[in-house]
Amino acid sequence: MSYATAASTAPAPPPPASDGYADLRRLMGLMIGDEKHTSSATSTLDVLWVLYDRVLRVDPARVDDDDRDRFLLSKGHGPMAYYAVLAAKGFIDEEALRTWVRYDSPLGLHPDRNLIPGVEISSGSLGHGLPIAVGRALALRARRNLRPRVFCLVGDAEFDEGTNSEAVVAAARLGLDALTAIIVDNQSSSLRWPGGIEQRFAVEGWAATTVDGRDHAALEAALTSPHPGVPLAVVAEVEKKE
Amino acid sequence: MKTDTMRDRFVSVVTELLDSNPKVALVMADISTDRFKSNGAIDRHPHRVVNVGIREQLMVNVAAGMALEGMRPIAHSFAPFVIERSFEQVKLGFSHQGVGGILVSAGASYDIAAYGRTHESPGDVALVATLPDWRIHVPGHPDEAETFLRDAIASDDAVYIRLSERKNAAPAAIDGKLVVQRRGAPGAPAIIAVGPMLDPAMEAAETFDATVLYAATVRPFDRAGLRAAVDGTDVVLVEPYLEGTSAAEVAAALSHVPHRLLSIGVPRTEHRKYGAAAQHDEAHGLDAPGLRTRIAAWLHQPRHPPPPERVE
Repeated sequence: MSYATAASTAPAPPPPASDGYADLRRLMGLMIGDEKHTSSATSTLDVLWVLYDRVLRVDPARVDDDDRDRFLLSKGHGPMAYYAVLAAKGFIDEEALRTWVRYDSPLGLHPDRNLIPGVEISSGSLGHGLPIAVGRALALRARRNLRPRVFCLVGDAEFDEGTNSEAVVAAARLGLDALTAIIVDNQSSSLRWPGGIEQRFAVEGWAATTVDGRDHAALEAALTSPHPGVPLAVVAEVEKKE
Repeated sequence: MKTDTMRDRFVSVVTELLDSNPKVALVMADISTDRFKSNGAIDRHPHRVVNVGIREQLMVNVAAGMALEGMRPIAHSFAPFVIERSFEQVKLGFSHQGVGGILVSAGASYDIAAYGRTHESPGDVALVATLPDWRIHVPGHPDEAETFLRDAIASDDAVYIRLSERKNAAPAAIDGKLVVQRRGAPGAPAIIAVGPMLDPAMEAAETFDATVLYAATVRPFDRAGLRAAVDGTDVVLVEPYLEGTSAAEVAAALSHVPHRLLSIGVPRTEHRKYGAAAQHDEAHGLDAPGLRTRIAAWLHQPRHPPPPERVE
């Protein structure tokens, strides 16, 4: 254990060289057939890839390592990109992708942490991930393990759920600098967020930024930027949902 | 002899456990926080005693997140807020994630009756009982509440402890099983009294030949204990919350034997009265005279009454 050696805002280690991104379309095809446009249109694909390829300190061989970063997919709906990335990074056997949504498959339309190694929360019902992420960050601080960071991906329509607002206020006031919220914004919120979701975090005291959700370099820079003493929100804008 | 309430005991015992066990955490939403502030627990453990403000849904999922990180969290508020308002968080944050945790409520069915319906929670036990694997404790005395708290901290289970301002005069033996308080003649009716209903049930039963069983743990329900204790056909279930909450447990326990069951508890109807809890007990027939009247009438009913007229 190296609890005191790294601040929660320390930069991530250099990303391993990988051309796995190009393989994601094939992996998604194992689940959903050869719908060529589906993979590139998946709003979370690039954010998930950048997280697992360049940001998260996670290892499929050590999914219980207490020093690992925690990634919580709160927006559990439409998890094909998540499964594809987990397969590309060795958390899921590629063959399991072919069983997708079958009765006894580990891979359903919403992920279950009890069925997939390395999945940190079972999600699907919206608005639960960020509050649980706050609890995880608080527990890590209480246990004095300052190395892991907690990342939580939320959708812009999911952000409608009031529980997110509860978490945004508390995380800022409790100074949870181990926490990063990523909001994938494909403008699917029915009543919209005038002025942008970034404001909702910034006004509460988060470090907040908005980037192109398809720009890997911009995502990496935003997700690894220092935010001492406060949590970080990265709004990843992608094309409007059809 | 201690004269504290269950909630007083909760504060003193949890404070001691916070001081002695670094895995213990307490998450609150402005309820009871003054007590943990004045006794120094918040200042001694600022990272493990967390007040999230009036955000009960966050409170429960924060506790769940702490449980996922290997801590032993307690989430605490009044019963309508920790259970009913946050029920999906209980269901998904704990049960669906596959982790345990401890929920401790105050207020019970109508302890603070003057606050009205918004602060009453007769349905909490029935709700939690819809989820798998929750241990549900309804202590009848502060000493029992203390035992349940200490046992809960020592385990990894999902545990709901329902505290009340109502209590029996003396603590009873508790081990998760039904405990015989009084043994009737062979074939006598069996009265199951839950938590604070023991004293009024014992008083009511003074005029009957009956076996009285005490349950402070209602899930898992001690089906084997009930089967062993019942040698007649008449069973009376007296619960301090929604009437019939454990009726299906009794039916399952006695599924192999002919029996009849009288379920007594808080009726489902909205009462729209304020006042004091004792007045609500009286109105619902949950005090000793009310229990006696209702049980006696039921015992003396003909076993095979004529069928009711059909209403088309």
